[in-house]
Amino acid sequence: MNKQKKEYTNQEKYVRNYKKNRRIILFSQIALVFVFIGVWELFSSVGILDEFLFSKPSAIVKLLAQYIKTNEIFKHVGISLYETLLGLIIGTSLGILLAIGLWFSKTLTKILDPFLVVLNALPKTALAPILIIWAGTGIKGIVVVSISLSLVMTIISAHNFFAHVDEDKLKMLKSFHASKFQILTKLVLPSNVANLLSIIKINIGMAWVGVIVGEFLVSRFGIGYLVVYGGQVFKLDLVMMGVFVLAILAYLMYLIVTIFEKYYRKKR
Amino acid sequence: MENEIEFKNVCKSFYSLKGETHVLQNMNFTIKKGEIVAIVGPSGCGKSTLLNLISGLIKPDQGTIQISKKVGYMFQKDNLLEWRTVYKNITLGPEIKKIKVDNKHIDTLLEKYGLSEFKFHYPKELSGGMRQRVALLRTLVLDPDILLLDEPFSSLDYQTKITVQDDIYKIIKETQKTTILVTHDITEAIAMANRVLVLTKRPSTIKAVFDIQLDLKEEKTPFLARNSAKFKDYFNLIWEALDIHE
Ligand SMILES: Nc1ncnc2c1ncn2[C@@H]1O[C@H](COP(=O)(O)OP(=O)(O)OP(=O)(O)O)[C@@H](O)[C@H]1O
Ligand SMILES: [Mg+2]
Repeated sequence: MNKQKKEYTNQEKYVRNYKKNRRIILFSQIALVFVFIGVWELFSSVGILDEFLFSKPSAIVKLLAQYIKTNEIFKHVGISLYETLLGLIIGTSLGILLAIGLWFSKTLTKILDPFLVVLNALPKTALAPILIIWAGTGIKGIVVVSISLSLVMTIISAHNFFAHVDEDKLKMLKSFHASKFQILTKLVLPSNVANLLSIIKINIGMAWVGVIVGEFLVSRFGIGYLVVYGGQVFKLDLVMMGVFVLAILAYLMYLIVTIFEKYYRKKR
Repeated sequence: MENEIEFKNVCKSFYSLKGETHVLQNMNFTIKKGEIVAIVGPSGCGKSTLLNLISGLIKPDQGTIQISKKVGYMFQKDNLLEWRTVYKNITLGPEIKKIKVDNKHIDTLLEKYGLSEFKFHYPKELSGGMRQRVALLRTLVLDPDILLLDEPFSSLDYQTKITVQDDIYKIIKETQKTTILVTHDITEAIAMANRVLVLTKRPSTIKAVFDIQLDLKEEKTPFLARNSAKFKDYFNLIWEALDIHE
């Protein structure tokens, strides 16, 4: 393209505008983070915020650096991540499997419907102590709490997606005498990939909540433990560091699913 | 010629807690090999139900339906699966029936219907007319002897509709398929069919049958059919039989 030419075609203008808009959004996001951290740091330093209650960014970073240096952070991150992944994978896949089971039988779905609704309404975090007593303390109990948070909702929403698959496409497959299993693999599942990914996204949050609650209760390791311990000994730096690490981890997991989503969208 | 489809006293109702919907009442007709039969009738009178019965998707309450051959069903919506390429959509039938596909045959079909370039494209990249042709190919790949078309052109814009009608008519004639075409469009029925069945309101029976003879000089195509002097007469006859204000 001729660089001396100053006139842009409408298409070029559109692309430039689009890119400019993207840059503005990204810049604003980064600016927001920096302003937030800057104001926090400043207010804590000059005493507008009580440092003892609110901690401050530089102290948090210092503490994090120390934890990284001693490799201690990796122990906590490792165990929490392990528990969360287990909870997420088991909760989501079990939920989807059970939803598929329900999809096979309308009558069974109707029978179980009220029970699922009630189970879903139970205050799972409040019941966590009992779950841990049943499942055993340690990783097992924590993973069970994590699963309990996402399982029922996964069953309900996945089944709802499966049951509302396009009627006309269903008829088309039936006109080829497709079996119920073929309808599942050739229509129901592939048409719901995007929906299942969004369920996974929601479950990432749920699995983390479950793990943190579990660690609150019984663990001596993990991010949840760090946060609780920090609170008990009034080390707010530690609490904030835990929350910060947690946010990063949850975001990274979310990002991975988003990448899958993008790849999937591109494909079709 | 032999009968390919035979309805004898067929009755069909649907049941729900609110009550019975009596759809078909004593349907009797036969369709011979190679015929193109159009079915017109008021909305909701049971035209789709009739095709569903022929395809075996549902069973009649009373009476018998005899079908000697394989049936292919094409719907108003193309129902292409967006996550499959054109090729994968076309081979869906064989895949379900676990029949090996003859790729050469598919390539010639794609070539013939102007879709070769799009073999590995996804449905969203195709125009409405192309999508409808892909849907037809998906039905034709299993080589059915009887073709059921349920308002296959109603989602197309007028110009596309006229060309796709010609395309599909040609395909039907070349492959000598027995065809039942359900439509709301009287002109389409006359242009495509050699026989038009008019149904009554629910519970529906056959109200009138018209053998379409347009006396064309050239070989018939749906487009040329519209020029026939007798076209308007048939239109008026069918319009009267439909009796919208009844
Ligand atoms: N599976 C079903 N269960 C209950 N009722 C049905 C079912 N299928 C069709 N019906 C009813 O049967 C009647 C005829 O339906 P059908 O779809 O055959 O009509 P149609 O002539 O194809 O209508 P249209 O011209 O609108 O396509 C309608 O009243 C419809 O509500
Ligand atoms: Mg219909």
